[in-house]
Amino acid sequence: MNFLDLLRTAVANTFRSKLRTTLTVIAIFIGAFTITLTSAIGTGVSNYIDTQVSSIGDTGSLTITKAVDTASTDSGPAEYDPDESGQSVDRGPASFSYLSQSDVDDIRAIDGIESIRPAVALAPKYAEHGDHGKYVVSLTANAGELDADLASGKQLDDDTDANQVILPTNYLENLGLGSAKAAVGKELTFAVDDYQGKEHTLTATVVGVQNESLFGGGAGANAALTDAMQAAQEVGKPDSIATSYASATATLDSGASATTVKKALSDDGFLGQTIQDQLGQFQTVISGIVGVLNAFAVIALVAAGFGIINTLLMSVQERTREIGLMKAMGMGGGKVYTLFSLEAVFIGFLGSAIGAGVAILLGTGISNVLAGTVLKDLPGLQIMQFAPSSVATIILVVMFIAFLAGTLPARRAARQNPIEALRYE
Amino acid sequence: MTTPVLEARDLARTYGRGPTRFDALKGVSLQVHQGESLAIVGKSGSGKSTLMHLLALLDKPSTGQVLLDGTDAATLGARQVNRTRNSTFGFVFQQFFLTPKTSVLDNVVLPLKIAGVSGAERKRRGMAALDSLGLADKAKNDANDLSGGQKQRVVIARALVGEPSVIFADEPTGNLDTNTGQVVEDMLFGLQRERGITLVVVTHDEELAARCDRSVNVRDGLIVGGSDGVPTAGAAVDQQATHGRHSA
Repeated sequence: MNFLDLLRTAVANTFRSKLRTTLTVIAIFIGAFTITLTSAIGTGVSNYIDTQVSSIGDTGSLTITKAVDTASTDSGPAEYDPDESGQSVDRGPASFSYLSQSDVDDIRAIDGIESIRPAVALAPKYAEHGDHGKYVVSLTANAGELDADLASGKQLDDDTDANQVILPTNYLENLGLGSAKAAVGKELTFAVDDYQGKEHTLTATVVGVQNESLFGGGAGANAALTDAMQAAQEVGKPDSIATSYASATATLDSGASATTVKKALSDDGFLGQTIQDQLGQFQTVISGIVGVLNAFAVIALVAAGFGIINTLLMSVQERTREIGLMKAMGMGGGKVYTLFSLEAVFIGFLGSAIGAGVAILLGTGISNVLAGTVLKDLPGLQIMQFAPSSVATIILVVMFIAFLAGTLPARRAARQNPIEALRYE
Repeated sequence: MTTPVLEARDLARTYGRGPTRFDALKGVSLQVHQGESLAIVGKSGSGKSTLMHLLALLDKPSTGQVLLDGTDAATLGARQVNRTRNSTFGFVFQQFFLTPKTSVLDNVVLPLKIAGVSGAERKRRGMAALDSLGLADKAKNDANDLSGGQKQRVVIARALVGEPSVIFADEPTGNLDTNTGQVVEDMLFGLQRERGITLVVVTHDEELAARCDRSVNVRDGLIVGGSDGVPTAGAAVDQQATHGRHSA
């Protein structure tokens, strides 16, 4: 019996007991459907992050924070250091100390670092365009370091003395700036309180409008606007108050390896992260969630595997005489084994192909609907993306699980003694 | 003197061991010659089916030899035994063993499919076999929807399709009424006569046995006599030359 005939016979046999096959296929369907969807979410999110990262490109800059000296219960409280900043900040599970001026000087001395700019917090009270009303906005300092994903206009210029600002698309309507194209070139007034509560106003030109993204959460100021606003904020600040920073941004010498600099930083007790590293953490969390969901789907598939074993054992039992006849007519045990294995693999293929197909149809639909509603603020995010290679892998893995499940019944069939089988009532 | 197609030498077959030991065959010698029809007659439990299984290489003897065209079957590999059963032998069983929900033609060509014959060739030979048994118009029917006599004719077509030289028939008419049984018998003997196929029939039906060229009686695992032949194989050979063919 050649392979094609075996395959054709196996497929035909699968459809002989339609109800039983259908029920087993449904069990596999559930597992394959789930695993296709969860892996699509993984692909969708990581593709989105990759696009975001590549749109930024290699910036050659590191965000530097200071690892906190935690007062662990083992060693007791850490020794006081007058040069250290007393403040610390919690970011998710990690905790950082603030950087003091002496820390900033230390970092500047590290090989490979061209310049360092401590992160400045800008706290504008409101922004106003003409007499369209005052609105609370958030403003990111030194936003010119990262290239924005522009909807209109151009990038911030850090070398100019002119105050420039870049706005996200969702700010335009309230501020009365009209369309993205119309907003470019318009003037915006920011108000900020100084150290003693006196209000100062600054004027900046809108040079660009950026699409909302993971980084596009607010307006961005160029170096000139940052410096001007910081100066305004610090008017009246007593000299005895030391300035400390939550983080600092370092620019690397051209040709300096980010890895080497990060190593040097960590030796000195600092943590340097490229933008890719920061997103990597984000991605790790998502991969973890997707992994757990996949584990549940795999459990469903293992359960479905037992369904296949059961189905085929019943089939072997029912077809004892047929197997006996084929063996009497000279079909070898190996061929009988292959026949039943192929039936198992085919059931696995049916379940996984239908499961993956339905998941792709449904997932694409849901994803499109979500992209237009809930996830509208993150343009370009398709929450579920079906990579052909991962769908193919899922189908192949399920077929392999089915093959494994089929080995027990197939062995039983292959070992049938033709005489015993033909006598079987 | 020609080499017999099949020869049994002092065959014994034992099932189980200890107190449950059962000797199904206790030393049987027999020769089957090309083109003859042989009836193996006996009551149920006599060992006649065991003898057929051994001759058809479906089972291995506990002691003794089965010779196929003069070659000891014990020396053949599993693959050769399978090939012999597939292309040299044809089987007709009392129960039809037709695969349900499968067309008559597909049932008939099963031995060819196992042999690895191509689809078009299978169809041609399958239709030819069905045609010779007057069942060409039923080729596409579900095998389960046929009458008993038609089913047994399908089974004979299946036994014939591989153009075997020996057909083993185990109670071929056991499930059929007298008239239909008669038709099936006529067909089997007709094929034996026209195509020179050797026919080994296992039956407890004396009338059917009488239509065969020769018959042996099996009782309690031993050959105890026969018609037109003698219980032991050696003597049967001499008679073979002058042995008249049965005419239906």
